[in-house]
Amino acid sequence: MTADFLLSLAQAITKGLLTGMVYGLMALGLSVIFGVMRVVNFAHGEIMVVGMYLAWMGFEYLQVSPMLSLPVIALIFFGAGYALQRVVISPFIGRPEHQQFLLLLAIAILLVNACLVVAGPDSRGVQMESQFDSYELGPFVFDAVRAHAALTAVVIAGLLWLFFTRTRTGKSIRAAADNNLGALVVGLDVRRLYAFTFGVGAACVGAAGALMITIIPVTPFLAAEYTLLAFVIVIVGGLGSMTGALAGGLLIGVSEAVAGLLLQPSLKSMVSFGILILVLLLRPQGLFGKSST
Amino acid sequence: MTFLTRLTGGVPARSLWCLGGLLMLLLVAPALLGKYGLSVLILVLYFAFVGQAWNIMMGFAGQLSLGHALYAGVGGYIAAGLFFHYGIGPWAGVFVAVAAAVAAGSIVGYLGFRFSLAGVYFALLTIAFSEFTRIAFDHWGWVGGSGGLFLKVDSTSDILNLRGGPLLFYYVILALAAGTFILCRALLESRLGRYWLAIREDPEAAQAVGVPVLRCKMIAIMISAGLTALAGVWNAFYYNNLFPETAFAMGRSIEFTLAPIIGGLGTLFGPIVGAVVLTGLGEIFTDLSEVFHISGLKQIFYGLALLVIVMYRPAGVWPWIADRFGFGEKQK
Repeated sequence: MTADFLLSLAQAITKGLLTGMVYGLMALGLSVIFGVMRVVNFAHGEIMVVGMYLAWMGFEYLQVSPMLSLPVIALIFFGAGYALQRVVISPFIGRPEHQQFLLLLAIAILLVNACLVVAGPDSRGVQMESQFDSYELGPFVFDAVRAHAALTAVVIAGLLWLFFTRTRTGKSIRAAADNNLGALVVGLDVRRLYAFTFGVGAACVGAAGALMITIIPVTPFLAAEYTLLAFVIVIVGGLGSMTGALAGGLLIGVSEAVAGLLLQPSLKSMVSFGILILVLLLRPQGLFGKSST
Repeated sequence: MTFLTRLTGGVPARSLWCLGGLLMLLLVAPALLGKYGLSVLILVLYFAFVGQAWNIMMGFAGQLSLGHALYAGVGGYIAAGLFFHYGIGPWAGVFVAVAAAVAAGSIVGYLGFRFSLAGVYFALLTIAFSEFTRIAFDHWGWVGGSGGLFLKVDSTSDILNLRGGPLLFYYVILALAAGTFILCRALLESRLGRYWLAIREDPEAAQAVGVPVLRCKMIAIMISAGLTALAGVWNAFYYNNLFPETAFAMGRSIEFTLAPIIGGLGTLFGPIVGAVVLTGLGEIFTDLSEVFHISGLKQIFYGLALLVIVMYRPAGVWPWIADRFGFGEKQK
């Protein structure tokens, strides 16, 4: 245990925490959608990858930094998510899981291959000057882009929390999630709320995509990996719990970074899946979820 | 004869005649089809076979597994590894392969069922185990790691070692698919099959009336895993190569689920109809997208087709066909 090693471990943990915040934002979208509608969004990673591509296109063709295009992307995704829920997914709410699974799988196949047709199979990244910047804090050095992305993710998560606790729509959505029948009885338009929720969830992932493109380049094949990753995070944190999704993101981000340092980088997701199996067996409601019984 | 009458009881005569006709047709098909046609038919039978294996677990017992690539991968790798390293032929190796997959299935099943994971949670557990194994195999030298395991391509017919041309593999997969069809029918008509349906419809009610729920679910996953391992062994020797990236991929697990869901979950003929529909669509779209020279187009057609089917025939294609043409079992 030399000082050098401890420092690189601390560096890895910081890096993991910063990336983990973006993971957390991505997982937040999945958690919100499941928590309210009980629909498992198997196209989550695919939506994220579409967001990454949009941010890349904005940068490549319009010279807009992903941080600036983020609000636009979030808005577009909100609208698209709202429409998707209203038109396609709505009839499947309450249907057997395998039918929802197949529906979202079909959507996932369409999205990822649309990306493939439009942008090709090569990996696409943005080259910004700030990518070479770094902040120094005593012996710590961390990437500026990663820090910016993490900070933005925190802000968005904070806004989302305000939305769900302070606004009328946000509270109604939580009411519909808590007790669907009760919400209908007091006269809430649950179908509109569901569409709104899917919109909010999609906007979260879209924003996460715009942040992620500043950290790593995108290929269509990342999509399935992100879907899995989002699931791992959300289950570990607790499906439907907002704090859980963020904490799960941090935990998985750190575990990936530390496993990449101590073991081989290719073994990093094995650690995540190991954590997932342990959580499923020992605490299936997730680290932050409330037990249903 | 009681066994046969039990198997065929309640089935309309025309369904039996059609079934017999279909089997005869499949037996002589290689003489009628060209090389390309045969390769497509082989794919159809392969997906029908794994679909039936998966259907036992999800369609009959109601347990959603999205990690069946684990069993196919373990089975294929073990049989291929034994042949590659020790020259032990697949007809012997298949027993080890199936035993290992059944053991893997019992571990996943026991953990999942004992800790009462259901639905999506159980599905994620199966994915996690499959992905975990994929990465482990990536780093395991005996099976070639991420570089893959290759069997010598040998066109001389050596049935004892399952080496030979497409014709050999066609009849093997036909036998497997047909045998599993009969097995599924027998299972459904048995007490165990009735227990499965009870568990699928309402696990708590089943438990309350004394169905041994845990034991029945375990049997379902073990049979399903064992059959899937057979498909894995067949697949390994047909294609002569194995990579962890594809053998244990989540995409492969999903592939296994499509035919039964599209065809009609829990029905006997659903996985077969689903395999015909999906493989047929796949071939048509491949030809179609070659006209336009755009990569990804085939998958877009495929995704659209899935979307249309699940939106308009959510219960699957086969129940609809069976209704229209009167193939269905009479209500007893």
